[in-house]
Amino acid sequence: MLQARDLWKAYGSKAAVAGVSLDVAAGEIVGLLGPNGAGKSTTVAMLCGLTHPDRGTVTLAGEPVAGEASRAKRRIGLVPQDIALYEDLPALANLELFGALYGVKDDLADHARAALELVGLADRAKDKPQSFSGGMKRRLNIACALVHDPDVLLFDEPTVGVDPQSRNAIFDNLETLRARGKALLYTTHYMEEAERLCDRIVIVDHGKVVASDRKAALVALLPSEKRTRTVVREASLEDVFLHLTGRDLRD
Amino acid sequence: MNALTALVRKDLFLYFSNKRALTITLAAPILIAAFFGSVMGGAPKKPTRVPVAVVDLDASPVSKAIVASMRADTALDLRELSEADALAEVRAGHLRAAAVVPKGFGEQAPQAIFTPGARKPDVVVHYDPSQSMALAMVKGILTEHVVKAVAAAAAGPAGMPRPALSMPFNTESREVTGGEHAGYNGFAHSFAGMGVQFVLFMGIELGVGVLLMRRLGLWKRLRAAPVSRTLLLGSRIASGTLIASILMAGIYAAAIILFGVRIQGSVAGFVLIALSFALLTSTFGLLIAALGRTPEATRGLAVLATLLLVMLGGAWVPTFVFPEWLQAATLFVPTRWAVDGLEAMTWRGQGFDAALAPVGAMLAFSALFAAIAIRRFDWEE
Repeated sequence: MLQARDLWKAYGSKAAVAGVSLDVAAGEIVGLLGPNGAGKSTTVAMLCGLTHPDRGTVTLAGEPVAGEASRAKRRIGLVPQDIALYEDLPALANLELFGALYGVKDDLADHARAALELVGLADRAKDKPQSFSGGMKRRLNIACALVHDPDVLLFDEPTVGVDPQSRNAIFDNLETLRARGKALLYTTHYMEEAERLCDRIVIVDHGKVVASDRKAALVALLPSEKRTRTVVREASLEDVFLHLTGRDLRD
Repeated sequence: MNALTALVRKDLFLYFSNKRALTITLAAPILIAAFFGSVMGGAPKKPTRVPVAVVDLDASPVSKAIVASMRADTALDLRELSEADALAEVRAGHLRAAAVVPKGFGEQAPQAIFTPGARKPDVVVHYDPSQSMALAMVKGILTEHVVKAVAAAAAGPAGMPRPALSMPFNTESREVTGGEHAGYNGFAHSFAGMGVQFVLFMGIELGVGVLLMRRLGLWKRLRAAPVSRTLLLGSRIASGTLIASILMAGIYAAAIILFGVRIQGSVAGFVLIALSFALLTSTFGLLIAALGRTPEATRGLAVLATLLLVMLGGAWVPTFVFPEWLQAATLFVPTRWAVDGLEAMTWRGQGFDAALAPVGAMLAFSALFAAIAIRRFDWEE
């Protein structure tokens, strides 16, 4: 579905991205991992058409993503790392705005309500985000990227600063979207999130792809003596927290 | 709903949903314009009388005639005081000036008037230096009354009937305003000035709003959408122009209903000037967004720049009080065209033709601001 080939991007003399290629197929979640400054955000910016690559191409089902108002851009939804919402605009109005920007004309309100329903905020449609908790804002942030029913979704660290309940709800949303045949790229710093969600992992460092495969295949990259570790793990605080407070959403 | 409509609708909703901020935005220019307007003459009425004192140390028939003549003058609010009291009142700012008629004036002045080289008595005029503009007027009025009284005393020999002397002409003051029966309204100037100032402040908020959108990641989200840069910036210009127009309409509605300001000139010209200024405000906001870095620093600098613009534009005091070189220089200040244009269409009662130059100038400034903004706008995050 989404294909990036040999992407290069430099700021000044420093190459932020140096020859990244990756694919995201329909019905799959691909994790994009890497340390800070590895080039993840620049790669995501090029994938969604925010930044023009110095070299290389991004295509969606064969159509180039480049161009301010390209047709391919209409089929991409970006969930930015920042909570990018109009705090004084009701939740439904936020969604209708972003829907309109992506060319949704018919049944705009229905599209917006469906997106709110998916993220569990249907009953807060008329409320302003300024009255929402951090987790609710994160979910609305995701809904804004879903309102135009895109084929490809790019998630840039969507779980930063949320409680375990909201994080699990977001994971459920992602799995639902995968089941609907969407192509998802998921950027995160949390390895356990990538392990749980992602079908394939792309690891970048210093602007280059250092590994790209399924988890099992990636583990095979390790020296044999490091592939298996017996770990006796004590229950974590998160286990206790979820045991005591349950997994139901609170907001 | 297309993308442009959605963006403009969003901006209008966000601006007008903040009722408290909107109330302050509208109330502030109305209150300040009301104050300035009342100071600068207010609604049409009789000219203000100048408070002065006369100190008659001579108490002669001539000096008494001068005092009587001055008392009859409708331009003066005359008080007869001792010299010490008169000086104290001037010093306290209660009087603009005090004229002291010296002892022996009634004897010396009639001789001096027709005898070159004769000793002339000194009439001292004490004046308030903070109101120095009143000095020339007081001296002129005083001269008229003194010459009248002294000439009458000098015209014939004592004991003989003397011809009545008076000024050889009358002056009649007529206001030149927009219409024969329409008087000058000081609020027309103050509302033009304060309207321009506070609508420009709104323009600053529009520009700072873009910088805040960048900080919040909203700008990135908008740019990720399949819409052109032209549409993104154009929607901002459109919504800014609409908001500024609505604010100008609100401010002038108050001026018309509460303060008797009238559009005595071309209504179409007034509307065109108001719309041009609204566009100017909007592009000014965009310029701020393009040149600014952080919202906090940009707001401070933009307020300073705006205050300079409105000051030089004649929004606080009319530009005719500026030195000539500054009056010429302010033709390159866009607010000068806005204030002059609004005044031309209100109390000056000018026709549609007089609106064309201000409109042309403001459109040119708008195009310049927009061009610089688009060129300097940092699209990358």
